[in-house]
Amino acid sequence: MLYKDTSLMKRYNLTHLQKLEAESIYVIREVAAQFERPVLLFSGGKDSIVLGHLSRKAFYPAKIPYPFLHIDTGHNFPEVLLFRDAFAKNLDIRILVGSVQRSIDTGRVKEETGKHASRNYLQSITLLDTIHEYKFDAAIGGGRRDEEKSRAKERFFSHRNDFGQWDPKNQRPELWDLYNGRKHHGEHFRVFPLSNWTELDIWQYILKEHIQIPLIYFSHTRDCIIRDGVIYAYSDYLHLDDAEKKTVQPMTVRFRTVGDMTCTGAVQSKAHTLEDIVREVATYRISERGTRADDRRSENSLEDRKKEGYF
Amino acid sequence: MDEKSYLDMDLLRFTTAGSVDDGKSTLIGRLLYDSKTLFEDQLENLERLSQQRGEELNLALLTDGLRAEREQGITIDVAYRYFATPVRKFIIADTPGHIQYTRNMVTGASTANLALILVDARNGVTEQTHRHIFLASLLQIPHFAICINKMDLVSYKQAIYDAIKNEIQDFISKLAVPDITFIPISALLGDNVVHASKNMQWYHGPTLLYHLEDVHIGSDENLVDCRFPVQFVIRPRSDTYHDYRGYAGKIASGIFKPGDSVTILPSGFSTTIKSIEGPQGEITEAFPPMSVVMQLTDDLDISRGDMLVRQHNTPFIGQNLDFMICWMNIKPLTAGTRYIVRHTTRETKGIIKEIQYKIDINTLHRIPDATKLELNEIGRISMRTAQPLFYDSYQHNRATGSIILIDETTNETVGAGMIREPSAAVSEKKKKEQEK
Repeated sequence: MLYKDTSLMKRYNLTHLQKLEAESIYVIREVAAQFERPVLLFSGGKDSIVLGHLSRKAFYPAKIPYPFLHIDTGHNFPEVLLFRDAFAKNLDIRILVGSVQRSIDTGRVKEETGKHASRNYLQSITLLDTIHEYKFDAAIGGGRRDEEKSRAKERFFSHRNDFGQWDPKNQRPELWDLYNGRKHHGEHFRVFPLSNWTELDIWQYILKEHIQIPLIYFSHTRDCIIRDGVIYAYSDYLHLDDAEKKTVQPMTVRFRTVGDMTCTGAVQSKAHTLEDIVREVATYRISERGTRADDRRSENSLEDRKKEGYF
Repeated sequence: MDEKSYLDMDLLRFTTAGSVDDGKSTLIGRLLYDSKTLFEDQLENLERLSQQRGEELNLALLTDGLRAEREQGITIDVAYRYFATPVRKFIIADTPGHIQYTRNMVTGASTANLALILVDARNGVTEQTHRHIFLASLLQIPHFAICINKMDLVSYKQAIYDAIKNEIQDFISKLAVPDITFIPISALLGDNVVHASKNMQWYHGPTLLYHLEDVHIGSDENLVDCRFPVQFVIRPRSDTYHDYRGYAGKIASGIFKPGDSVTILPSGFSTTIKSIEGPQGEITEAFPPMSVVMQLTDDLDISRGDMLVRQHNTPFIGQNLDFMICWMNIKPLTAGTRYIVRHTTRETKGIIKEIQYKIDINTLHRIPDATKLELNEIGRISMRTAQPLFYDSYQHNRATGSIILIDETTNETVGAGMIREPSAAVSEKKKKEQEK
């Protein structure tokens, strides 16, 4: 029913995943062409892994011409750190680490206290300091427009002033595929090659390309607690009161996003394979960032953090 | 969705245009809601927001983005939304209908396959409708879907729909619009959006969603004129790939194959394509919008901004450009000003020689003797560039006929240009061909 003149149309028409892949590779190459010191922001999550994979394709058989940067809150899932190091070795890339702990120790930021303390909000300062320290002029990130309403208005090439801030009301128009990465000294760009991908597209692509991802994305059993309706992995980084300690229980879960352990919620799942995950994601009734405690703080949570320089 | 069907899905990008009260946000909300693309937490949030405002479920609130927008009850910028059905994935460029309207609509339209234009059945065709249709045709969007909305408020009368349709067809006959479909809908109640309306038995066409799923986009790309702007040169300098030189970029138009002889611009040298690699390895054909790497049989000096074309089908080559421009900056465009020019992967400088005329986008009349173009105005200008560009007319080739201007001091993108096929350029090209 869909294809009228099947042979020709199919022959010269790419599928949605091929179009997204082509667009992302084009944007990634544009970064290498327009900037002197790019860096790729790598969290160990599925989106940044897909970015790494696309970067390899974009420059093959040459090496990826930029390092990767991990902002380490010190509260990571151990599985993700192991994955990060293996990934870097495998792709032959240099991974730099920006440490939130160091920002705390040097007095750049103040650690939050209390039950809901998280280092997620402190990351922006560490990120901007690291960008400044290495004089990076473009930071490639895995942000997608379908994630959240303030992301829906992001550009592929998103300008940041010399304070690292985003001005959503005064963004440059972005026309055709003509990306304008011109900037003044001290300013930088955030570039989002995955802008047009949805969560399902990412999973379908991981499945199609057999991309390795950390084990926490697959169903496993671990000790969890439920707080305000969010399932958290039990860890020393969570400040539990005595009542909560009694509620720690083994649960069969997987994670839809990878942040640090204090703000990343799990979903109950029996998805053991990538096929299972694709099927599960296709039927999800809760949005991806709905599992993130960091976005629940207020209606404008992510918008406010983005303005201050967050990923 | 069955297991492998996603490997067969294609992608449609559309832009939405409508005035503030045409029900555009409601329509997008309805598409997301009825196609079951909304998540429960988004829906709960929507219910809560609607209640706070003392309203029934207000689907329009779904498209409110930034805090400033919610506070002012307006949309500031182009917002991108996504939904999918088992056959297609959709990208909506949702553009606001009031301030900075032109700038945003042009931005959204520049990458669209289809323009969805809303008309309020109670008000009929307005100046805004003319403006939307004109901009969409100026940007050469290949498909138009005109939704005559709020049919419920005119008792679903066919006569009203027919009158609006006829009036638009009259207007459109003056413009180049290749494909147009009219659909009577009620976004608020859902008639003919996802489900066929029981209230309009006289209408036998598709619902909006069916049309979006079915419209034929396979021939939207230019597959005739081979144009490959070099984006990046890959040189591994490793032991294994010591002499490797790969020319990376996106196919702007045409079909390239290994073994094809190609001409390099601006040098004019000819060589042969040795191999083409796509993201999955070697391929036998490359076509738009693929991102590929080409290796050539000869070792030539080729860099970013050069273009590979076929010997007997070359673009215009020249420094004098004639183009329509949509101005996007507070600081007006004036003759004699210099700008940075980006065209394909090439960047150069240019100076505005003349504003030929500007267009009153409500009446489409030409206004001669314009001395400047203000924000959101459209006009036709002549420009001379510091280096030659390799271009086609926008009408013929969106990828090699589009251009942006950048302010030298602020670095902001200030104008979007659509190049015309000027008599001067034709003679330049002919001269070049005669020289050969």
